[in-house]
Amino acid sequence: MENIINITVEDRDGTTQTIEVPTDINLSLMEILRASEYDILATCGGMALCATCHIHILNGGDSLPAASDQELDMLDTLPDADMESRLACQLYLTNDHDGLRLKIKGTLQ
Amino acid sequence: MIEKDICIIGAGPVGLFAVFEAGLLKMRCHVIDVLPQVGGQLSEIYPHKPIYDIPGYPNIKAQELIDKQMEQIAPFKPTFTLGERVEGLQKQDDGSFHVIGSDGTVIHCQVVVIAGGLGCFEPRKPDLVNLELYEKSHVHYMIKDPERFRDKHIVIAGGGDSALDWTVYLANVAKEVTLVHRNDSFRGAPDSAEKVHRLAQEGKINLLLSHNLVSLGGNGHLEHIHLINKQKENIVVPAEDFIPLYGLSPKLGPIAEWGLNIDKNAIQVDTYDYATNVERIYAIGDINTYPGKLKLILCGYHEAALMCQSAFKYVYPDQKLSFKYTTVNGVNTF
Repeated sequence: MENIINITVEDRDGTTQTIEVPTDINLSLMEILRASEYDILATCGGMALCATCHIHILNGGDSLPAASDQELDMLDTLPDADMESRLACQLYLTNDHDGLRLKIKGTLQ
Repeated sequence: MIEKDICIIGAGPVGLFAVFEAGLLKMRCHVIDVLPQVGGQLSEIYPHKPIYDIPGYPNIKAQELIDKQMEQIAPFKPTFTLGERVEGLQKQDDGSFHVIGSDGTVIHCQVVVIAGGLGCFEPRKPDLVNLELYEKSHVHYMIKDPERFRDKHIVIAGGGDSALDWTVYLANVAKEVTLVHRNDSFRGAPDSAEKVHRLAQEGKINLLLSHNLVSLGGNGHLEHIHLINKQKENIVVPAEDFIPLYGLSPKLGPIAEWGLNIDKNAIQVDTYDYATNVERIYAIGDINTYPGKLKLILCGYHEAALMCQSAFKYVYPDQKLSFKYTTVNGVNTF
């Protein structure tokens, strides 16, 4: 179908499922994950300030736009971040991201 | 002791507008904020960013909005305690409250309004085995007295400016400084990063890049820290003190201990009047949550207006509230 992609999400406990994501709505990946009932605090509401939407890209990260300085600065403060880490609030998915796999890492407190 | 009708915790745009709405109903406010200036996130984090969804302003810079709000509330003569974190809350026999600040300020008020935004920023803690065991005695999330590390073996973790700056400073104080960073490069100021690399080359510090911390170890007191490198090899570094400097993350802080219903770090309120489950305590703006909550400044303004209509009964229990438009009535100040 047009403007619908599938992404695979691994939750903190390892539970994995594939969700359908419309790409013609103006929602960040953080908002999409929250709308899909994933537990994400999103304390700062999407301003790259709290890093509670920290995710780990397992596959398909090459097609994502590079992180901004602000996102990298915030990721750099996380004890458990690595080269595959991103902030879901800074990502807007397009049709190029079909098949993306990610793991949720953000803290719950 | 400061005597006011309402104590507002948080001097962001929503806390400031609550002063205005309270003023219209003749309720006097004191505002307390942990930051040294008013404005909350707007002044602290993005003073020069434009905001596009304030009614009447096609766009307005964050600091300009705060300046205009301060002008708007000036006639109501609010008082401020800035640079002080709220630590405690004591209910009095007559139902009123004492709000207690970290520097000992006490505010006596009939109503407490929490307009704390993201909360207060607290140091981020790494997830390490045995961290809690040594947290009180040998783990330091901020450095108040560098002299306490004189002639000690210390391990600093992190890659930001404060990790770099303290490494450079403590290299001349401690017996041995080990800086651990999980990446192979630093994003901190290039000057500081260069200094750190030079100290490492000169053998004055121990620099471990691409290493991850695993656990703390010792016998009653901290003796060493276990790390793992890129090749998954185990490394043990002697450490009498551990200084994780991973930046700050927003937390509710002491407010979380006040018996309020909390959902995902936000305070649950009734949308009738934005009251919490504790009588005389309200929560407005980004810090509250309810079905359909949107973290928008203008939603916070709306919440402030309804909150004041409800708070009135605690401040003037013998009076009947009559709603008046400012266009009809003007702004009658104190």
